[in-house]
Amino acid sequence: MKGLRYIEGVATLSLDQEACTGCGVCREVCPHGVFGHGTGKASIEDLDACMECGACALNCREKAISVSQGVGCARAIIHGWISGGPPTCDCGGDGGSTCC
Amino acid sequence: MGPVPRVITRLERPDRIGAILVRLGIGRGRYRVAPGLYAVGTPGPESPVLVTANYKLSFDSLRKELSGLDAWILVLDTKGVNVWCAAGKTTFGTAELVSRIRAVGLEKLVNHRKVVVPQLGAPGVAGHDVKASTGFRVVFGPVRASDVRAFLAAGMKATPHMRRVHFPALERVVVGLVEFANERKTMAQLACALFVLAGIGVDVFSFSRAWLGLWSGFAAYSLGFVAGNVLTPLTLPWLPGRSFSFKGAVAGAMAGLGVLALGVPGLTSAGLWLGSVVAGSWYGMNFTGSSTFTSPSGVEKEMRRALPFQAGGLILAVILWRFGLAGL
Repeated sequence: MKGLRYIEGVATLSLDQEACTGCGVCREVCPHGVFGHGTGKASIEDLDACMECGACALNCREKAISVSQGVGCARAIIHGWISGGPPTCDCGGDGGSTCC
Repeated sequence: MGPVPRVITRLERPDRIGAILVRLGIGRGRYRVAPGLYAVGTPGPESPVLVTANYKLSFDSLRKELSGLDAWILVLDTKGVNVWCAAGKTTFGTAELVSRIRAVGLEKLVNHRKVVVPQLGAPGVAGHDVKASTGFRVVFGPVRASDVRAFLAAGMKATPHMRRVHFPALERVVVGLVEFANERKTMAQLACALFVLAGIGVDVFSFSRAWLGLWSGFAAYSLGFVAGNVLTPLTLPWLPGRSFSFKGAVAGAMAGLGVLALGVPGLTSAGLWLGSVVAGSWYGMNFTGSSTFTSPSGVEKEMRRALPFQAGGLILAVILWRFGLAGL
């Protein structure tokens, strides 16, 4: 992903190191290497690489990770603004699907 | 459980043609696989179970990597959506995986208690919950199906490289192509609007001016469209800035220079060029949804900054273009 970095200082990811048991699952599921590779407890090493997909939080048994999960998609956000609901893309379901 | 369909590991001509069409957004909703269990080779009780989505491109990208192997494929019902997008909306999720494991009676089929779930399914599948409900342990496999063979050969171990999402140029361009079909309606509406806006005036309606407005306006839009949906994805790492709307505007500003070749009056050209910039910015911004590294917090931040510029630019572009056409 060299040269492909997104806007800095916005990711909502946070980690409660007290609650972390160091199982390593967050490191395993993160597609952007946000978490540290050291031994022992997890650490956030590259916060700005976080795309808020929520894989780490969902798979943390101890609920030590929180993130405002969603899709980084302009169309989904516009949809959310118009409908007054959460951002959702129109990917899939029946009829027109725009997902890759 | 009845007989399990066996799938071949070679993609044939209909698969390839279907893949091209679906990339262009044609017949996408029908490109599905029946959910359930499939066999590759002659799998037995010790064979691995690989989970995927019922989007045919996902299914095909997995099966074509499995030649010579014996494995089970468990297809979840994601309503024809790929693994990552479906995981984001949890159709590729814990509940569906648990009920599908139960529905096919997986515990009677295999002796081991592991299912391999693609890593990009993790936003929807909570491994510990699947284990608690079914006794099956979720092993997160590699991001790309092309690494599945090496992953299995290494005793279900993924290298750090296999765990990372990459976004190469070809992939960026391919996922942008779908906009050609998605935006057909917008294009038709735009054409009508250009025709009417250019045509009406104090002389009531001029068909020659409407025609000039239509093709010149549509040409500028098309330049911006290609800038945002092809040029921006292709040159993404080299375009300046972090925000996709800015990158798209830069691409639109370059591609928009093509309006100089249309031979229309200067003021109209200026409006058309600005129109290309706005279209490039808009479609570049929309490409955030196809990209693999943008966060919703970031996209919202960039949109709040970009939308006023896009709206202002559009209004100014229309005014310049329309005044340039003359004959009010």
